[in-house]
Amino acid sequence: MKLTGAEIMVRCLAEEGVSTIFGYPGGAILPFYDALRTSKIKHILTAHEQGASHAADGWARATGQVGVCVATSGPGATNLVTGLATAYLDSIPVVAITGQVARPMIGHDAFQEVDITGITMPCTKHNFLVKEPAQLAHTLRLAFQLAKHGRPGPVLVDVPRDVQTELIEYVHDKLPEVGLPQPDMERVNRAIAAINQAQRPVMLVGGGVIRADAEYDAMHLCEKLHMPVVSTLMGLGAISAYRKLFLGMTGLHGHERANNAVKEADLILAVGSRFNDRVTGERSSYGANKKVVHIDIDPAELDKNIYSNIGIAGPMKQVLNLLEQGSKVKDLSPWWQRIESWTSMEEDFGDEQAPLFLKALNAVIKDKDYIVVTDVGQHQMWAAQHLKIQFARQFITSGGLGTMGFSLPAAMGAALARPQSRVISISGDGGFKMTGSELYTISTHKIPVTAIVFNNHGLGMIRQLQTVQFEKRFTSCEFPGYVDFVRYAEAFGVKGEHVKTPEQLAEALAKAMELDEPYLIEVEIDPKDMVLPMVVPGLGIGDFVKFEEKK
Amino acid sequence: MEQIIAIVVRNQPGVLMRVAGMFSRRGYNIDSLAVGTTEKPEFSRMTVTMDADEATIQQVCKQLEKLVEVEAVKVLPPDSSSKRSMILLKVHAGEKRIELLRLAEVFRAHAVDVKGSSLTFVATGDEGKLRALIQVMEPYGILEMVQTGLVALERGDTSLRVESSRFSWPRE
Repeated sequence: MKLTGAEIMVRCLAEEGVSTIFGYPGGAILPFYDALRTSKIKHILTAHEQGASHAADGWARATGQVGVCVATSGPGATNLVTGLATAYLDSIPVVAITGQVARPMIGHDAFQEVDITGITMPCTKHNFLVKEPAQLAHTLRLAFQLAKHGRPGPVLVDVPRDVQTELIEYVHDKLPEVGLPQPDMERVNRAIAAINQAQRPVMLVGGGVIRADAEYDAMHLCEKLHMPVVSTLMGLGAISAYRKLFLGMTGLHGHERANNAVKEADLILAVGSRFNDRVTGERSSYGANKKVVHIDIDPAELDKNIYSNIGIAGPMKQVLNLLEQGSKVKDLSPWWQRIESWTSMEEDFGDEQAPLFLKALNAVIKDKDYIVVTDVGQHQMWAAQHLKIQFARQFITSGGLGTMGFSLPAAMGAALARPQSRVISISGDGGFKMTGSELYTISTHKIPVTAIVFNNHGLGMIRQLQTVQFEKRFTSCEFPGYVDFVRYAEAFGVKGEHVKTPEQLAEALAKAMELDEPYLIEVEIDPKDMVLPMVVPGLGIGDFVKFEEKK
Repeated sequence: MEQIIAIVVRNQPGVLMRVAGMFSRRGYNIDSLAVGTTEKPEFSRMTVTMDADEATIQQVCKQLEKLVEVEAVKVLPPDSSSKRSMILLKVHAGEKRIELLRLAEVFRAHAVDVKGSSLTFVATGDEGKLRALIQVMEPYGILEMVQTGLVALERGDTSLRVESSRFSWPRE
């Protein structure tokens, strides 16, 4: 059967089970949009291509399925880049399809021509420029396979306009499965022996556990051994925060108890974490006086940042199950007594007011199928520290790249991916101004996202860093202009309200969760509030900043 | 320590940029690079030399293996590998043509161009030999020179052969 390239692109998306895509049209991708018109695939026209890429990312984070975004050549394609880099650093399966100028025009600096495969090479898992129409279908299938295979990641497919219009033979097909590297059993046995010997073990869960849908396998292992668990930002939700074994988040804004446990442990069992610098603090002291057992699907993560005594590359579920089978239950009560002597995650935030807003939300979200999506900055850390995340894929955040403006469009993608859930987007006023225009998309499609804007009239994390690192020489961290975000939302047809207290916020959110439409809640935050605990920049994760006279 | 890495890649446009990009992006310096096709036209083989300690070279190899167009990576043992690079060297000869031709013989360098008042030699060898040749020719006046990257094969029966790709790629 002969079809146009554009029709084949639509067919290939259908082959992959894609129901919804996010995008923005332009000249070089118009044949695809024309073919899309008669398809069952739902296209969400965003306000900006960056929104489309974050929405596809949010879709993927909420479901584990590949998220898809589409843009035209040139500026359309470059506007996707931040979203692709965001997905790349957090290992999120996304396929981006971009239009490209027609093949004879490539290299002539044609109108809206950029070398997007060149631009995105370092921030995608792989990318393709389809020069041969006959290779189009196979390339798209391979793009989906690569996005999902092993360690997931974004893949971009650049399709010249004349490839989209050419008539090509189409055959429905499926690529053969590609196996994963198998764990080295000798190393697995050494890891089991190390776990069985440990007096003070800690499990460190990272985003890789969630990516691999291995949260139950991780939980079974630590439940069996009664092993304390700490989480990275990306691992939140892999272990319910209500479980006794959970000590909290570890890292530069980690809980005191979690960080101290890592510091004093004689064994760290790191699962699906890449030991990012925000997790380890000063690297050379991190693994001192302890054994590090590191498990990751990506062999390149082993010994990249932290030297591991035993590194195991392999599928997460499989390795965790092997460790569970081999490990022996042991009395860890002296270790637990030591752990319980440290300030718990319930009480270590000083006298700051802002965390109380997050704590108030816990009663609203408890045991509910609610997804929380954050932006980047202080509110993100407060959310990570104080929200009790119970389930994998319940907490969505831009961890690796730290992309401001991520929350609202990602929340939109998550809400469309999981219509049975309710989605709460939390942003600061800074990040919300970056991609707030996606309220247009949310309003147009009546996507029930509740956007909470923490308004401290400035860039709180910048203010905090300037307090700690620059002796309070504040610059560019305060917004002199005023934005009323409730009225901003009204302009898009989205209702909202202002709240001033944690109780009001909880009440407003509970009400919003009952609505079948978007809602915005603006929260007044004290600009002087800080994220505590905080590790001294450049020091180890047990060295917390002490604020004598903070304000 | 100078390391020699052999990399078998898919022979596709952009693959050199991906490999070179990985080195520059992660802060590794390539000392020399040679690329050419293999006995199987769908695969090319790159030889990279770089100065790196053991931990770094391990990380480089793993990062290379992560690139989906890279099929096989191996650090070649420097003492049991055959290593060659090639040099073309244009030297001012003037009155000293015979002298230069004799000198070149010591290095098994051949004259490939004798036009005008210069001589162009070609020589192959490992880095040390070619450096010595350059030093010997220097006093006569090197007008121009060009060198390939090092290529190397491990000695004996071992081979870095790739039968098929990990992934199924579209046919050319």
